[in-house]
Amino acid sequence: MEASQVVETVPRAELIHEHIVEIVSDSGEGAQKAGQTFGSVSARMGNGVWTVEIIPAEIKPPARSPAGASGIRIRLGSKHITNMGDQADLVVAFNEQVLYSRIANGAYKSGTVLLIENKWRNDPVAEIQAQYDRALAEFRENGLIVHELPLEEACREITPNPLVGKNMFVLGMLCHIYSRDLEIARSEISIIFKRKSEKVVELNHRLLQAGYEFARESLDLQYQVPPQVEQGQKRFIVTNGNTALGLGVMASGMELVSMYPITPATSASHYLADVFHEVGGFVHQAEDEIAAIGFAIGSSYAGKTACTITSGPGLALKTEILALAVMAEIPLVLAIVQRGGPSTGLPTKVEQGDLLASIFGEPGDAPKVVVAAATIEECLHFVVMSRRLAETFRTPVVLLTDANLATGQQPYPRPEPSTEWLAPPIDQTEWDPTVPPYDWDAETGLSPRPIPGMVGGHYVLTGLAHTNESKVAYDSKSNQLGCDMRSRKLAALAGTLKPPKVYGDPEGELLVVGWGSTLGAIEEAVDRAREQGHKVSSVHLRFLSPLEPGLKQIFSRFRKVMTVEINYSDDPAAPLITPDNRRYSQLAWLLRAQTLVDVDCWSVVLGAPLQPGMIHQVLLQRLASMEG
Amino acid sequence: MFGMNADWSLEVFERYFTIGDYAGGEARWCPGCGDHGILTAVHKILRDEQIPPETTVCVSGIGCSSRMPHYMGTFGFHGLHGRALPIACGIKSRRPELDVWVSTGDGDCFSIGTAHWIHAIRYNMDMTLLVFDNGVYGLTKKQTSPTSPLGFKTNTHPGGAILPPLNPLSVTLGITNVSFVAQVVDWSPPLLYEVIKAAHRHKGTGFVRIIQRCPVFSDSLSKSLQNDPDRVLLLQHENGIPIDASAKRQFSNLIEHDPSDLSAAREIAQDVSRVPVGLLYRNPDAPCYETLTSRGVEFTARKRLAGLNAALDRFTI
Repeated sequence: MEASQVVETVPRAELIHEHIVEIVSDSGEGAQKAGQTFGSVSARMGNGVWTVEIIPAEIKPPARSPAGASGIRIRLGSKHITNMGDQADLVVAFNEQVLYSRIANGAYKSGTVLLIENKWRNDPVAEIQAQYDRALAEFRENGLIVHELPLEEACREITPNPLVGKNMFVLGMLCHIYSRDLEIARSEISIIFKRKSEKVVELNHRLLQAGYEFARESLDLQYQVPPQVEQGQKRFIVTNGNTALGLGVMASGMELVSMYPITPATSASHYLADVFHEVGGFVHQAEDEIAAIGFAIGSSYAGKTACTITSGPGLALKTEILALAVMAEIPLVLAIVQRGGPSTGLPTKVEQGDLLASIFGEPGDAPKVVVAAATIEECLHFVVMSRRLAETFRTPVVLLTDANLATGQQPYPRPEPSTEWLAPPIDQTEWDPTVPPYDWDAETGLSPRPIPGMVGGHYVLTGLAHTNESKVAYDSKSNQLGCDMRSRKLAALAGTLKPPKVYGDPEGELLVVGWGSTLGAIEEAVDRAREQGHKVSSVHLRFLSPLEPGLKQIFSRFRKVMTVEINYSDDPAAPLITPDNRRYSQLAWLLRAQTLVDVDCWSVVLGAPLQPGMIHQVLLQRLASMEG
Repeated sequence: MFGMNADWSLEVFERYFTIGDYAGGEARWCPGCGDHGILTAVHKILRDEQIPPETTVCVSGIGCSSRMPHYMGTFGFHGLHGRALPIACGIKSRRPELDVWVSTGDGDCFSIGTAHWIHAIRYNMDMTLLVFDNGVYGLTKKQTSPTSPLGFKTNTHPGGAILPPLNPLSVTLGITNVSFVAQVVDWSPPLLYEVIKAAHRHKGTGFVRIIQRCPVFSDSLSKSLQNDPDRVLLLQHENGIPIDASAKRQFSNLIEHDPSDLSAAREIAQDVSRVPVGLLYRNPDAPCYETLTSRGVEFTARKRLAGLNAALDRFTI
């Protein structure tokens, strides 16, 4: 942390404790790179940071179209930031059209400061001029505080190609506006462009400087966001969730990731493809999703537990062979970076729609461990945990993350790994041939696993029903026993888990239950409701299969329990919907079945992370309806 | 030792494996099924090559062919329909020292597993790939397979197969990085043995299409070939597979074919009026994917940890 070198107090700068900044552009204008760098600089200066990327589905969508909006949101503050927050305080836009999609998403409020490229005002195409004028009038009417700025023109003094360079110019502007340390920004730029020539680094340094000075001269706008105090002496790292996933694979000691490209999961493999060899690992890009998991299962079977990373459509394709891994008790880590479904759905946008498919997706009974990371930090640590669970319980482990975690960036404590985190070497000791390959412990279902190369260990693994000798058996008793033993492992695992911690008081009016990336937004909403005196608490689940213990008891201390999720549920007020036919959100469905508590739910499929303000409103409504 | 020249001392194996060491459960294929002969050939080869059973893995998909692992006294993986090859490749990826065999069939490999067949040939990992081709789905009771000849009557095409059959040899020979393609019939045991042995010794994916009798569902297909041995074309070359006198008596049509000549191999494969047996193509120098996938297996925990710490440091603020 370099906070100490920073804040000599900047005179004139307004002291704030939190701001939400967006950069919105056409695809390919570098907004994400500028924003991620701004986030990193802020993190290095000791601020709490959360970034969310705004990604269109197409690589090159038409320019100046609302659907093509590409960009980034950075929320920074003087305390730990856990989610993307509500409406933005300041937005930089490269054209006016892309802002419409953000406005449709409720991203801005009256008072949001808009810094917008003004070249469109004099565009040779009359229609574009008119669009620009119309839009700006509309924005002003809606209360945005508009500053029209000649961004490209100012860039052209530094580079003949401002289209490519203006993102770093904007970074420079933001550095001035938020009193960032330019030295840190310069060093971040050097890191980003480390593979490019000295000349490229130098050009971007000059653009940064120019943007900084431009903002100082042309804008009477400057803030100061003091660093967090609670960070102490701990070392921190900044990554997004997919990079954290990749780091987790390396920290778990797994040596193979076998994958097929799929949005939004692939960038985890991109990261690994870049560095995995440094820890002796390999990324296999398979011919299809089934081959990807098959290859991983082959490696796991041969003693090297492997990982496959995919998203919802990939999970669907992997279903049959995932059940084979359950049936034959092969350890495996299957990471699913969830996106909007069903079918091809919303490839670049967030949803928590794969929970039930992960738990129940296979024909027949296929019990397996399903865990969900709630933070970017957990994306790393849960891979380490998943590998160990997979080997200890001789089972596939599904690790759920989502598009929000995948592309969001946040500082978190640097893990201090030890050799115990890594997989042990392959056991090649002699196998006692009197011990069957599935020597199930009658109580827990656990058994040691023979591995190719073990003298005396040979057996024939099969996806058919089998005895503890792994002999194909179609008789009633063998099938019942096999199913019992595989299921029993989940009960054994559940027995080692602690009940989840309640956020807020352990009893009250309303309990919110969540899972996955909504943690920060839910807790912030709960905080706001509690500040207003409402008796609201929350619980956030990491283990979904088996479920964490003690839920029924926790639920019993609240008048009402509801889940908040990003997946589909029927609105109880919608036409034709009755308590008999209402379809519940996925965790609610699971909790109702498991606890017999009348768990309510609120969920939406907007393809966007939940905002704390939105959840807060829902909580207030539900509380009000309880009084009525 | 005791004044004796060490070169003269008798080599005594610490462990010597007999056929019995490679035998698993009793084979439950139908009487007269060609699979029995293939299994015998594989057992003999393993014995003759003295491959330790514990380092041998036999991987299969689903179908009659894929029962093979159950009849082996080695490690076995009886997986899913069509998916033997991804599993086998994964096994090989970080354990290149294991001796991997794949037993699959015409439905398993050429239909539901087509994508994996194409790509496994391209990966060219060192394994022996035996396709038991009887021109019909047997286990599910007589449906048309991709290699069923036109007009062949099945339960899915009672009026006879309506599409011409796929040619596995010409497809395989068309795949980039193909390194070994052979064909053989199960009713010529000496040739079967030699062809599979050559595939096993080959460094790379040894693809062998075995035209195999199914006395229950496609007897007519193999019978017609057995009754008309002139349709068989025996491939012979000094760099090819050793062919003994009995095979030459069985198949009198014999041509010289240099297995390093890919174009000639493709030409022979294209000519469906003849059934070539023997070695069509072999390239011992084609790169094997496991040399890439297994990089770093030797890393110590300490080295892995150092790499990990360096990776984390790049994100440290």
